[in-house]
Parts: sequence; C-alpha cells; structure tokens
Amino acid sequence: MYEYFHDLAFAVFPYIAGTVFLVGSLIRFEKSQYTWKSNTTQLMSGGQRFRWGINLFHIGIIALFFGHLFGLLTPTAVYTSLGLTAGAKQLLAIVAGGIFGAITLVGVVILLHRRMTDPRVRKTSYPMDSFILILLAAQLLTGLLTIPVSTGHLDGEVMQQISAWAQGLVTFQTGAAATIYDIHWIYKLHMFLGMLMFLVFPFTRLVHIWSVPYGYIWRAWQVVRARAV
Amino acid sequence: MKVRAQIGKVLNLDKCIGCHTCSVTCKNVWTSREGMEYAWFNNVETKPGVGYPKDWENQERWNGGWSVKSGKLQPKAGSKWRILANIFANPDLPSIDDYYEPFNYDYQRLHNAPDSKHQPVAKPFSALTGQPMDKIEWGPNWEEILGGEFEKRSQDYNFQNIQKEIYGQFENTFMMYLPRLCEHCLNPTCVASCPSGAIYKREEDGIVLIDQDKCRGWRMCISGCPYKKIYYNWQSGKSEKCTFCFPRIEVGEPTVCSETCVGRIRYLGVILYDADRIQEAASAPSEQDLYEQQMRVFLDPHDPEVIAAAKKEGIPQQWLEAAQRSPVYKMAMDWKVAFPLHPEYRTLPMVWYVPPLSPIQSAADAGNIDSEGLIPDVASLRIPVKYLANMLTAGDERPVIKALERMLAMRKFKRSQTVEGKPDHAVLEQVGLSEEMVEDMYQIMAIANYEDRFDIPTASKEFSAEDPYGERAGCGFSFGDGCNVSSNGSTKTDIFGGRRASQRAFPARVEFKTREKEKEGSS
Repeated sequence: MYEYFHDLAFAVFPYIAGTVFLVGSLIRFEKSQYTWKSNTTQLMSGGQRFRWGINLFHIGIIALFFGHLFGLLTPTAVYTSLGLTAGAKQLLAIVAGGIFGAITLVGVVILLHRRMTDPRVRKTSYPMDSFILILLAAQLLTGLLTIPVSTGHLDGEVMQQISAWAQGLVTFQTGAAATIYDIHWIYKLHMFLGMLMFLVFPFTRLVHIWSVPYGYIWRAWQVVRARAV
Repeated sequence: MKVRAQIGKVLNLDKCIGCHTCSVTCKNVWTSREGMEYAWFNNVETKPGVGYPKDWENQERWNGGWSVKSGKLQPKAGSKWRILANIFANPDLPSIDDYYEPFNYDYQRLHNAPDSKHQPVAKPFSALTGQPMDKIEWGPNWEEILGGEFEKRSQDYNFQNIQKEIYGQFENTFMMYLPRLCEHCLNPTCVASCPSGAIYKREEDGIVLIDQDKCRGWRMCISGCPYKKIYYNWQSGKSEKCTFCFPRIEVGEPTVCSETCVGRIRYLGVILYDADRIQEAASAPSEQDLYEQQMRVFLDPHDPEVIAAAKKEGIPQQWLEAAQRSPVYKMAMDWKVAFPLHPEYRTLPMVWYVPPLSPIQSAADAGNIDSEGLIPDVASLRIPVKYLANMLTAGDERPVIKALERMLAMRKFKRSQTVEGKPDHAVLEQVGLSEEMVEDMYQIMAIANYEDRFDIPTASKEFSAEDPYGERAGCGFSFGDGCNVSSNGSTKTDIFGGRRASQRAFPARVEFKTREKEKEGSS
C-alpha cells in the first residue's frame, strides 16, 4: 500500500502536476490574458513593511528556485568533473539553502502578517492570494526542516538519490520513484508540496513569473504602434 | 522629417468655471467601476493647492518625467536596470491615501433607521474595505475653491521662487481652476517605464493607450507619469488611463469631457509633428527652452514640404485639411496664447492651456488702472504671472505675459469696436496682432462655437487593413480578454484566480453598530 501511494506521489503525480503547469499556463495565457498579472497590492499598503517583506521574499525565493533547478538537474558527472564532490555539493546546498531560506522566511512572515492584518489588503485579496502565500510558507518550512536531517548524513548520498529521481523524471525514465523510496519523510513532504505548487501555478498570480520583463533591457524607450496597413 | 499627426487639445483656463461637468461625465463613462472608484481620468483642481494626488507636481518626491544626465535623456526614476531592480516594490509609488480612500454613503440607512429623536444620517463607508469611516480625511477635490488652510495649500509646487506668504492674506488671495487629464505626450515617460511594453502611442492619432492584455501590473508607469494620470485598478490588477475617448475620436466626435464642457473651454484639432525631432527637443539643456523646443517639433500644415512629407507617410488628405483649420494649432502656434503644462518634465505634453486672466489686483488700482500704454499691466492682475509661468513655461514669464496681453488686447479691441464704435487699432499694434487675427481669435476663443472648437477628422479606416465588416457584431469595447468580460471589468467565467463579480459587488454591505446609542438618544 505504501509503495502504491509512493509511486502515485512520485511517479504519476509529477507528470500530472507538470502537465497542468505547462498546459494550464498556456491556456490561461491564450484565453484569459487579462487575468495574467502580478496582482500587486502595493497601492493599498506600501510602507516599509511591504518593501522589506516583498524584496526579501523575492530575492530569497529566486535564489532558492535557481539553486534547486541547478542542484537537482546538474548530472553528477558534470560537477564531479569540476572538482566538486557530492559531500561538498551537499554542504553548499545546505549553507546556501539555509541562508536564502532564512531570507525568504523573513519575507514570507512579513507578507503573511501584512495580508492577514491589513484590512485593505485582506479585503481586496483573492482567496488564492492567501492560499499561495500559505503554501509557499509551508514549503519553505519543510525545506528548512530538511537541513537538520541532512546534517546527519553529510556524504551527499540522499542528495544524489533525489537528483537521480528528478533527472529520471525529466528524461522520462520509469522507475525513477524507486530511487527515493527510503528517504526521510520530510524530504518527501517537501517534494510533494513543491509539485503541488506546480499544479496550482496556472490558477494563481504565480503566472507573473513567466513574464519576467527581460525584453525591456533591449527595447527602445518609446513604443509606437502603427495600425495594420 | 517623419511627419505624424495627433489630435491635440487646448483648455482655455480663462473660461473655466470649475463646474466639474467634465470630471463627472468622464467618471460616469469610464471609471465608475470597482477598482477604479478613486481614479479620475479627468479632474479639476483649484489652484493654488497640492492637487490630486497630493503634491503630484513635485518630481523631487515622485521621480516622474525625464531628466537629462550628461546630455542623455532618461526617466527620472533611472536607467532600465534601475527600474527593473525596483520591480518588486516601486519606491516612488503613491499610496491610495495620496489620492484618497474612496467612499460611498449608506443611503439605505435613511430608509431603514429606527425611530429616533434625530434625523438619521447616511454614514460614509470605505469602498475598499466596506468598513464605516469615522471621518473622511481627503477627497478628489478637497481644496475646492480654496478649501483648507493656506499653509497646506501653499505647498503647491508652483509657488517656487515666489514670496508666497502675502497670498495667504485675504485681500491678496487668488485662485484658478486647472482641469487635468492625460497629456498624451509626444515623449511619454509612462511608455518608457513600462517593463512589459504594454503602453503605446498610436501612430495615426497620437493617443496613448494601455494594452490591458499585456499589462502585468509592474506599476512603474504610475510613478513614471509626472502628471499622475495612470491609475492602478486594484480589482483587475492592471493600470488604466484616459483613453482620449478613442472610440469617439475615431468617428470624429469630441471626447466626453470636451463634448460636455459647459464653459466651452476645450478645443480639439490636428497637430502635425516631426517624430524625428522629439528626442532632441526633449533633451534641451535648459528647462526654459522646452516650450520653444516643442513648438519646433510641430510642423506648419500650410508648408508644401510638410504636406508632401505627410502624404508620403500616408496621412490622409482629410487630416491635412483639418490640420490647416486646427484651432489647437492656431492657439499654440499662430497666436501663441496656449502653453504646455509643466514642460520641464520633458514629456512634450499635447494638452495645452491658455492662462487665465484675473481681476485687477487692488482697490486703489480699480479706479486708476495701472495702464502700460493702452492695456493694463499684467503685473497688476491678481494671479501672479510668475505662478502661471511656473506652471506653463518652466518659470519663463515672457511668453505668458505676451499671451495675457494679447487676450487683454482682444477684449479691448472688441470693446472699442462694438461698444464705442471706434475700432482701436493701436492696441493691436502694441501686441503684434492684425485685425484679421484678432477677429479669428474672438470667433474661436470668445464665441467658441461647437464646430470651431472641434475639428476632428474621422479615423479613415479605409486606409487600414482592418476589416470593419468583419468586426461587426463583435464584443465592441472590452477590457481585453476578448468578449469574456462583464461590464465592470471582471471576468465571470474564471477558474484562474479571479473572484466572480457578483461576490464583490459595490457598494459593499455594511452594518453599523450604533443602534444602542440611538436608543439612548430617543428615550
């Protein structure tokens, strides 16, 4: 039974979440772009509290995102050839993850406090705005709770197992879930919440992540639209 | 030379009576929706005053408009990297309280209040939170007809380099109305500061619009616009602005604010300009040169070279003829009585203002007008010329004095002609006007017939690839998102995070806890 649910969560669910994430984003962009937005509430309450919270949160979470992306998907051969042992990489992940996790945590706590206590923000929030913030906070906490577990085994083996699972998933290899059958439940919870985030992504304001305005850097200052001739 | 055409606008402040009809009709058409209660695409301020939003003219505070750094033009908020670095929290964004907390009244209370000794009152409640408001602290027109203390109103940015204390005294006080809307600038900072590229200027008529589908709510345009004429819709999460009523303009009708203007102060007409000269003009080293520079961007619609170049750009004949008749061009360029609002922001605004005349200052002067030759000295007018110059020419008084003198001369000439029966040509010579010019000025500025005020060519859709027949029976004007949007701008069929409109109806339901007090009062 445990095996069945394990496979459901780590072999089937990732593809469901991934599909909803990609297809859902595409459909929303195509069909309902008017709802595609960062949905900022700075106008309602934009004091020091907001500025500290939002900046810490974003800086931290962007670092965490790329840390996870490269940490999980870089093949072992690549970083060992660069002279990084699995143990050293794990230590790097613990230190960097710990620092940016703490920064994000401060940000999330400030933002959650603001969203719950500021009457203007609370009244003008969508339920999804609060939900996603709570989900992010829970995800962050489980992530930070993996640190004490990880310090118990600094050889990098669990980390390699999880990477193998992630790389197995993205390269469509059956049996990837088996590699993480024995890891501590806190990792599993963290991974499950992470995939849940992908699942709900297209239904939340998180879609603004797709719209990082990098094109702005190369654009001319002025935009003039000619009508079709 | 790259010729483009724009529907420009002039507001004759000399005739504004401050009735707010423009604001109210605009509000009814465009912004009476949830999320936009606080937004007035058109508002009328009483000057002197800090205005709406508070202190909007002070760019030291809001970092709106452009600055020139070692000869290079860039938004005052900084380079593109700087703007992107602030994208999580825009440090220059006004808060809703800088506009005002939108409110409504619990009118139902007047119907359902229990018996009491006193008349029931419709208490105000916040349109944001639905909570009762003890006291309304600020509104869109708080300083109406010099409301509030002089000390607060005198924070007005236009008092720069003026000994303002004396204008706080009753006998020296002065006021004027300033109706404001989006300037549809030639060099708009809102466009430049939009990271998504959602804001654009239309090539064919110069109207600046926000693509509601492309806007992501990065809210850099709100602080970027020095006139604070872009508003964040907190319900839709998108920025919105004055559309210059483009669906009306396209069919040759004036904007709603212009159409309904009781004082007949608003003028619409075609201006031809040279798009290649915009950057150079906006980069002028001295702020006081910007008015002059912008006039050099405008092109003479009678010049055969300009006409040939315009035709090459595909500007329709109808537009060129309208440009030659344009009341806006006449007031700005031929008579030089209209000026851009705060040219020092370097946005090259396209809504211009005729400065107001005002009564002769002191009682002593009333019997013995301080006459500089034939027309009264404009320095004796109640509104200080320096104040008008700070608003319209970056502090250069000369062009404003000349315009006021021309308006005074027009009055004096017409008076001599119609009342005294002896046309006074000397007064015209003094201000460099011909009789023909002054008669035209009189017709357009004083009589101001509808057809003289508005000369708007239709959008000439026949020259575009759009297919009007294919567009028929479409969803018409919408907030983006195709036809899938209800009239208040919120999507009804919404599995992607939007709350359904019915759940967020405005006004919100409120319950007051004041029954016990009333019972005490009635016993």
